Amino acid sequence: MKPMVPKSWRNDAVAKVTGRTKYTDDLKFANLLHAAPVYSDFVHARINSIETAGAEKYPGVVRVITARDVPGANRVGQIRKDYRIFADDKIRYNGDVVALVVAESRDIAIRASRLVRVEAIPLPALLDPEEALQDKVLIHEDLYTNLVVTHKVRRGDVDEGFRKADLVIEEDFRTQFVEHAYMETEAAVCVPRSDGVTEVYGSMQHPFSTRRFVAACLGTPLGRVEVVGTPLGGGFGGKDDTAAIVCARTALAARLLNRPVKTMYRRDWSIRESYKRHPYHIHYKMGLTRDGLITAVQCRMLADAGAYCSVTPWVTWRSTVQCCGPYLVDNVHCDVLGVYTNNVVTGAMRGFGSPQVNFAIEQLVEIAAAKLGLSGIEFRRRNMVRQGCLTITGQRLDGHKVAMGEVLDAVLKETDYERNLGRCAFGKSDSDEWYGIGLAMSYRGVSLGAEGADLCAAAIDVQPDGSILLDVGVHENGQGLESAMSILCAGELGVDLRHIHYRRASTSSIPDSGTTVASRGTIMGGGAVLLAARDLKDKISAAVAEKLRCEPAQVRFAHGRVEGRDSSDSLSFDEAIREMWQARLVPRGFGVFRSPKVTWNDESGQGDAYFTWVYGCQAVELTVNRKTGKVRLLRAVAAHDVGRAVNPEMVKGQFYGGMAMSTGYALHEEVGMKDGKIATTNLNTYRIPRSTDLPEMTAIIVENPDPASPSGAKSIGEPTNEILAPAIANAIYNATGRRHFSLPIRTTSP
Amino acid sequence: MKLNLNGKDIEVPAEAAEKRLVEFLREDLDLTGAKNACDIGACGACTILVDEEPLKICVKRVKDVAGHRVLTIEGMAAEDGTLHPLQQAFVEAGAIQCGFCTPGMVLTAHAFLLKHPDPTRDEIRRAISRNLCRCTGYQQIIDAIERAAPFYRETNIHEHTAATPR
Repeated sequence: MKPMVPKSWRNDAVAKVTGRTKYTDDLKFANLLHAAPVYSDFVHARINSIETAGAEKYPGVVRVITARDVPGANRVGQIRKDYRIFADDKIRYNGDVVALVVAESRDIAIRASRLVRVEAIPLPALLDPEEALQDKVLIHEDLYTNLVVTHKVRRGDVDEGFRKADLVIEEDFRTQFVEHAYMETEAAVCVPRSDGVTEVYGSMQHPFSTRRFVAACLGTPLGRVEVVGTPLGGGFGGKDDTAAIVCARTALAARLLNRPVKTMYRRDWSIRESYKRHPYHIHYKMGLTRDGLITAVQCRMLADAGAYCSVTPWVTWRSTVQCCGPYLVDNVHCDVLGVYTNNVVTGAMRGFGSPQVNFAIEQLVEIAAAKLGLSGIEFRRRNMVRQGCLTITGQRLDGHKVAMGEVLDAVLKETDYERNLGRCAFGKSDSDEWYGIGLAMSYRGVSLGAEGADLCAAAIDVQPDGSILLDVGVHENGQGLESAMSILCAGELGVDLRHIHYRRASTSSIPDSGTTVASRGTIMGGGAVLLAARDLKDKISAAVAEKLRCEPAQVRFAHGRVEGRDSSDSLSFDEAIREMWQARLVPRGFGVFRSPKVTWNDESGQGDAYFTWVYGCQAVELTVNRKTGKVRLLRAVAAHDVGRAVNPEMVKGQFYGGMAMSTGYALHEEVGMKDGKIATTNLNTYRIPRSTDLPEMTAIIVENPDPASPSGAKSIGEPTNEILAPAIANAIYNATGRRHFSLPIRTTSP
Repeated sequence: MKLNLNGKDIEVPAEAAEKRLVEFLREDLDLTGAKNACDIGACGACTILVDEEPLKICVKRVKDVAGHRVLTIEGMAAEDGTLHPLQQAFVEAGAIQCGFCTPGMVLTAHAFLLKHPDPTRDEIRRAISRNLCRCTGYQQIIDAIERAAPFYRETNIHEHTAATPR
């Protein structure tokens, strides 16, 4: 049953709109100390000494902490434990933290941090990924190579594919470092509890990973760290490793000093230290027949991993699986490499290895179509994935609706695309404002895929008065996860939303359910909630069936009532719960949703990579000023198959936010690097889209409930942020007749 | 030193005069609705209203608002908790995601609508262009402001915020 949900509902909206929501820096504790990180001027250097005495003597400083003070592991990581909580042997990038100054006030900590001296021998800085591949200088000597990872796809025979081709095209694409620019910077407050548990409040999107990092750093069991879910001021994939390390350092200070400690990041620290979106260098060669079929794709991608591994192997794996975009190709030879450099660390960011690939492939198909004299749409239709097809990794797309054509058609219709294509200037109009429309589409594997074990738990505890406490192992990042979970729970139990109270999440109350990334919150969390609700209903049914004069299987839950076969035999939900407590039965539902099996063969680069897929298409209309080159966006339209929209207004919010971020990727954003140091360290120089940079946007929600998802819902967070940049590039081409192969796109006077 | 904060006259200790206004509100008064996200007046998360004009207070000192009427997000709703119609519009339009920019965005919109109760969407877009949001793409924020505008046209709004003396 679908619950009665107001048009737009969030459980946290009133608190947020009144300013009452307490984010990490808003939390206050008695006797609180403040911490500030210390960086060095180096980019790559061997550390001789870290001199802390000057800072320690500064009035109000309580302690200066370095790698020597770490009782547990100083090296952590989700995949490879190479990320230093404090730089120990070397400085590997300019954002490496050498010390943490803890003081009675934040101002004192910041002032004293300037007194820490780092003596080190500079080493050659590897800033170019191709140069880093040569291994002439090593960033992690113990690994004997700078290569972080390689992935491949091998399908068919590309040589044969190119022989059969009537036309072969080759292009080179480059993308930039991108900052997440969450409005709330990294922050942590850690409280040493008297029972030996360290309590962690922090701006992070992965409480369980944070707990692992903190426990490793402190050298304590997981059970002695409790990470408490704290309202998050934006994540976008960026509040994982770095955020967890900020928590680990703060926890260490709290333990060493036995006082609560807060670290609140300044924007420049956040941009300097936190990981970014990977820059890619991508080379494609594509073989084509005169009829507009792709015969072969050969590609090589090189991703700059920066100084530490982070999740580079997973990011690049998604690029590998999706290396041909949503197109069917029989002969594929793809190599994707990630390499250490002394640049800022790169890791997870909304899209996760797909925005780079889509920027390239969605322009490449238009280039190919133009050379063949076909429309880009017709070319796409001839090559795109369809029901029952085999993907480039040998996965048969069935068991769900392959909605590629459906979302494409929706966007074409909404934008009157074919007609507007005829209005495009192609740089040949006398008008000062050259008009262009462009489009891009993608399919995307849902959730983690073969990256890792994928499960999520949920618990529903009904209190003696019928009020319901809901606890789910995924995390509210601001997207509205708690609201979606509450709506699903209320719907399954047939109760009013007012019954549901979302529990403040804690790593001590629910099993480790992985990270709230990969657009997996709704599909995995929602699956767990429904299984938990069904478990609870089974228990209630067993308890009240006799009273309702029916079999347990015949008990129904709707409209706040628990009914037997005959609706005259019914109890209110609250009465049913009271019956259970009186019979000394606990109304508790628990559910674990495990994603269906996925497979991957590293050698062949083949497998059923993801258990289901989503389909999306976006288009944009714009003008380019022929004299200034200024791009003005007129309108953007998106259609995505979300499986099922649990909370439609919040789903639309994901559409708009993703398109906005994609606009920044296309036109504005670039982490400026100079000799390995970041030059754009605040929001005045790192320019995220403003309201005036964006057009009116239209969201078309397509719903094909997915059988692999208990709720029918799939994903939306990332799909929205992976195709507007190529759509903009295509529109700019259609306006100016000029292709742009690098991001961000710089249109100068043509 | 005195100021009128959310409709109430308060006495500010002289030693607070040089404090950064955002820290004074957040630390000394526990009014944490204003956020400090950039320290340089670039993002708007710390926006409050001073005499009904938006002010980014991460770059201001307490003495800068002495003697003036200050409205923070905590003063927007009625004392019984009833949301201001503009806040209600943010809730209903789905304009809130992570919420970190929301207080500054609501106050900027409030100041705008007081002066321009019949705006076009483009005017709204320009009015909030100094407040950054990374989640929403501004679309539903603009929807919310548009949705609230009739209230500003039809009502004497001064009766509806705690901050303004009645």
